[in-house]
Amino acid sequence: MITVNHYLVLSAILFALGTFGVLTRRNAIVIFMCIELMLNAVNLSFIALSHHLGNLDGQIFVFFVMTVAAAEAAVGLALMITFFRNRESIEVDDISMLKW
Amino acid sequence: MQVLFFYLVALVTVISGVIVVAAKSPVNSALALVNTFFCLAVFYVMLSAPFMAAIQIMVYAGAIMVLILFVIMLLNMGVEPFKKFTHVTWGVVAGSLVLMLTLFFISRGQPTKVVGAITRDVILKEGHTELIGKSLFVNFLLPFEITSILLLVAIIGAVILAKKEV
Repeated sequence: MITVNHYLVLSAILFALGTFGVLTRRNAIVIFMCIELMLNAVNLSFIALSHHLGNLDGQIFVFFVMTVAAAEAAVGLALMITFFRNRESIEVDDISMLKW
Repeated sequence: MQVLFFYLVALVTVISGVIVVAAKSPVNSALALVNTFFCLAVFYVMLSAPFMAAIQIMVYAGAIMVLILFVIMLLNMGVEPFKKFTHVTWGVVAGSLVLMLTLFFISRGQPTKVVGAITRDVILKEGHTELIGKSLFVNFLLPFEITSILLLVAIIGAVILAKKEV
């Protein structure tokens, strides 16, 4: 019998993987994909808990998370294209113009 | 049987997630991420949320990943070899801290019984899409409209950012 804990543990593993990727990778697009991984881990736990509790509000939240992820993808990738055009690189170590 | 299937798909999901983090080329990373999205869609079907599985595949694997792959191809990087990882120790520390904290709270919590009205039988009878639509356009109408404004602003911002003279 699959309980909700199975899904929550899987979601925790995926979220930790995404955290590791965001903190260690240097390529901005890969960091971006790791953020998508973390968002999906949260979506999985939303839907698992929504199924477990018999309530649809969690799934509506997944809907909004997907919308925000799409908006983030559009703006973030436009930023990366602009940065690449100016600096010929998208490594996050080079993005230091605002460093104090 | 069902548990076995769960573990199989969960294994594929975690391996794809590891490949997303560890792959050398961003294209491999993106393809592994698409695989992860498909596995998550399988889980959504198992959780009796077929509409969520459909938009997971259409929006995430279809639209967002195509956008990311398009930008990866457009920027044409990966030509010069660069160092893959940085600050691995701190990444391992923070990642395992997150994992242990979440597992700690999951193990402490005791899931309640079903409290809401939306059980599997209700979903099978009324249809998942109908239930989602009713909830979205009755209870969550204002957030839905705000979402449309968010998307409009994102489109305008992306167009302005990607213009030539910035």
